Amino acid sequence: MTIPSLAAPLSEGSEGAVEPITATVTAADAGGYFPLMWLLIALPVIGAVVLLIGGRRTNRWGHLLATVLPIGSFVVACLLLVQMMGAPVDERLVTLHLWDWTFAGMFEAPFALRLDQLSMVFVMLITGVGSLIHVYSIGYMAHDPDRRKFFAYLNLFVAAMLLLVLADNYLLLYVGWEGVGLASYLLIGFWQQRDTAAVAAKKAFVMNRVGDVGLSVAIMLMFITFGSVTFDQVFEAAPQAGDTALTLIGLTLLLAAVGKSAQFPLQAWLLDAMEGPTPVSALIHAATMVTAGVYLIVRSNAIFDLSTTAVTFVLAVGIVTMLAGAVIACAKDDIKKSLAGSTMSQIGYMFVAAGLGPAGYVFAIFHLLMHGMFKADLFLSAGSVIHGMKDEQDMRFYGALRKVMIVTMVAFFAGFLGISGIPPFDSFFSKDEIIKAAMGTNIFAGIAALAAAGITAFYMTRMLAMTFFGEKRWKEGTEPHESPAVMTVPMLLLSVGALFGGVFFLYVADIEVWLEPITGYQPTEPAIPEPWLGILTLVIVAVGILLAWRQYAMRTVPQQPPQQVSVLTVAARNSLYDDAFNEAVFMRPGQYLTRWLVWFDNRAVDGAVRGLASKIDGFGEGLRKIQNGFARSYALSMVGGAVLVGAVFVVARWF
Amino acid sequence: MDPSAYVILSAVLFSLGGLGVLLRRNAIVVFMSVELMLNAANLAFVSFARMHGNLDGQVIAFFVMIVAAAEVVVGLAIIMTIFRTRRSVSVDEPHLLRN
Repeated sequence: MTIPSLAAPLSEGSEGAVEPITATVTAADAGGYFPLMWLLIALPVIGAVVLLIGGRRTNRWGHLLATVLPIGSFVVACLLLVQMMGAPVDERLVTLHLWDWTFAGMFEAPFALRLDQLSMVFVMLITGVGSLIHVYSIGYMAHDPDRRKFFAYLNLFVAAMLLLVLADNYLLLYVGWEGVGLASYLLIGFWQQRDTAAVAAKKAFVMNRVGDVGLSVAIMLMFITFGSVTFDQVFEAAPQAGDTALTLIGLTLLLAAVGKSAQFPLQAWLLDAMEGPTPVSALIHAATMVTAGVYLIVRSNAIFDLSTTAVTFVLAVGIVTMLAGAVIACAKDDIKKSLAGSTMSQIGYMFVAAGLGPAGYVFAIFHLLMHGMFKADLFLSAGSVIHGMKDEQDMRFYGALRKVMIVTMVAFFAGFLGISGIPPFDSFFSKDEIIKAAMGTNIFAGIAALAAAGITAFYMTRMLAMTFFGEKRWKEGTEPHESPAVMTVPMLLLSVGALFGGVFFLYVADIEVWLEPITGYQPTEPAIPEPWLGILTLVIVAVGILLAWRQYAMRTVPQQPPQQVSVLTVAARNSLYDDAFNEAVFMRPGQYLTRWLVWFDNRAVDGAVRGLASKIDGFGEGLRKIQNGFARSYALSMVGGAVLVGAVFVVARWF
Repeated sequence: MDPSAYVILSAVLFSLGGLGVLLRRNAIVVFMSVELMLNAANLAFVSFARMHGNLDGQVIAFFVMIVAAAEVVVGLAIIMTIFRTRRSVSVDEPHLLRN
C-alpha cells in the first residue's frame, strides 16, 4: 500500500506548516539494500525468540548470539545509511510493504516499514548505542544466573524500539510502543526477587499505561478525522482538519509522549526505574524508551504545526520537566537516580525544542542523538563504578575513585564534558542551538533553558567530584577495581561520541539539512545577539561548575546527608514530592472510589441479584411442596382444575 | 318425566366417585370410584341424548363402556402387580411416583 506520489506543494512559509515534500519510494524500486530493511527488526527478534524458547540449552552461548544480532542490525543500518546518503533528497523516503495486517472496511493498517531521514537517525542510535550496551552487559551481567533471560529481554527491547521508529502507520507504531513498554517492565523488574524492583517495574508499567491510553485515543481520533492512520495520509489530510480535532489529537499524542518520556506530570516512574540493572538504565535513557516520546512528537510535526495550543503545551511540559529534573538531579545521592533526574531534564530540553515548532524539531533530534551518546556513556561509567564498589550506589560512600578506576574516570569525564555544554563538546552545540532557537521564539523558554544549563553543569560537577575526587569515604571492606575490557571498551567508544558527536553532526553531517525534508527547519534570530548569548551561556555553565566544585570537591562531603538544608533541597531529595502528589491526588481517591465501588457492588448489585435469587429459590421451595408424590393430591389438583374450568364456563355463560 | 333429574343424579354420582378417588386409600376402592365416575358420565350422555333427541350421546356411552372395560383389565393388572411386589395396595405410598 504505497502512494506512488505524494509530492505535496511546499508550505506557505509564514505559517510554518511543513508538508512532507519527499516522494515515497518503495523498497523494491529503490533496490540496493532497502528491501532488506526488515532485517533490522528481524535480527533482534530472532535473538529474543531463540534465547527465550531455547531455554537453558542456550546459557553458554546465548549472550554472544544476542550481542552479535544487534551488531548485525547495526551493520544493515550502516549499509542503508550509506545508500540513503547516496540517493537524491527526494528519494530518501523508502517504504517496504511486508504484508497486509489489519483491514476492516475503511480502516487499513498494513505491516509496512518506512525508512526516512528521521527514522534513519533513530535506527543508527538504537542499533549503535544498543549494540555497545549489549557488549558491556556481557561483562556487567557475567555473574548473574539469569544472564540469558536478560539478553533476551534486551533484544526484545531493541526490536520493539526499531519497530516503533520504522512503522509506517500509527497502529504499527503502537505495537512497537507497547513492546517497548513490555520490555522495560521485564527489565526494570529483572531482579524481581527484590520487592523494590518488582514495585518499580509495576509503577513504570502502570504510569506508561496512562500515556498509552493517550496514544490509542489519538489513533482513534485520527481515524475519525482523517479516515486513515498511515503517516502519509494523516499528514496530507491534516491541513484540512478542524482546529478542535487537531488540538485534541495533538494533546492526546502529547499525553502519550509524556508517559513514555517520563515528562511532567508522568515522570515519577523514571527514578524508580533505576532498580533495573545499570545497562538497562543506559538503554532506557539513551537509545530506547524515553526517546520514543520525542520521536512521536517530531514525527507528528504536521499535526503540531497546525495546533498552537498543542505545541504550547509541549513547550510548557518541556520547561517544567527540564527545570524539575535538573533540581532533582542536584539533590539525589544515589548516582543512578541523579543521572535519571538528568535524563528527565535533558528530555525536557528536547520537548522544549519540539515545542518551538519548525525552529526546534531539528535540534530536538540533534540533542536526542547527543544525549543518546553522552547519557549511555555516563550510565555505563556509573555502572562500572557500581560494579567496582560492590553494588554501592550512594555517592556519599564514593570519593577519590580516580586513583583506582582511571579508565572509568576518563569515560565519565567525557560524558561530563558532553552533557555540561563545555566547548567544543556535544551539548555545547546541541544545547546552544536549543537555547538560541528558544530565545528567538519564546523568551521564557530561552531563560528557562539557560537556567537549566547552569543547573546541569552544577549537578554533573557534583557527581564527578563526589565520585572521583575528594577523599575516600568507602564503606569498610570495599576494594574498588577497574572493570574488564569488555565493559571499558564500549564506554570509551561512547566517550568518543560524547566528545566529538556534536561537531561531527552539526558541521560534517549537517543534521539540519539532513532532517529538513521531514521536520522542516526555520532558523530564528535570538533576542540576544548570538555571540553574546553564547558567552552568557558559557558564563552560566562556568558558574554552575565552580559552585559545585567549591561545595563538593574543596570541602569534605559528609557520609550522612546534612539535615539543616533549605526547603528546596528537601523537596528535591523527595523528587519534588511527585509520589506524595500522585498518592494524594490519584491513588487515595482511587482507593476510596474502588472501596465504594466494591461496597456498592456487594450491597446493591450483588444484593439485588442475590435477593432475586433467594426469592426464586423460596418460590421453588414452595412449588416443590406440591410435588409430594401422593397420587391423590395430584388427583385433587386435577379435580380442582376441572372445577375451575367448569366454573369459568358457567360464569362466562352468565355474563 | 323430566330427564333433568337423571342429569342431577349423574352429577351426584360423579361427585361421589370423585370424592371416593380423593379420599379413599385402597387402590381397589379408588378404582371402583373411577368406574362410578365413568358411569355417571355415561348416564349424563344418555340423558342428554334423550333430551336433545339424537343418538350421538348414546353411541358415545357405548364407547365409554368399551374403554372402561379395557381400563379395568389394564388397571386391575397393574394393581395386582403392585400388590405382589409391595404387599399393599395403598395409593398413599409416597415413593411410588417420587424419586
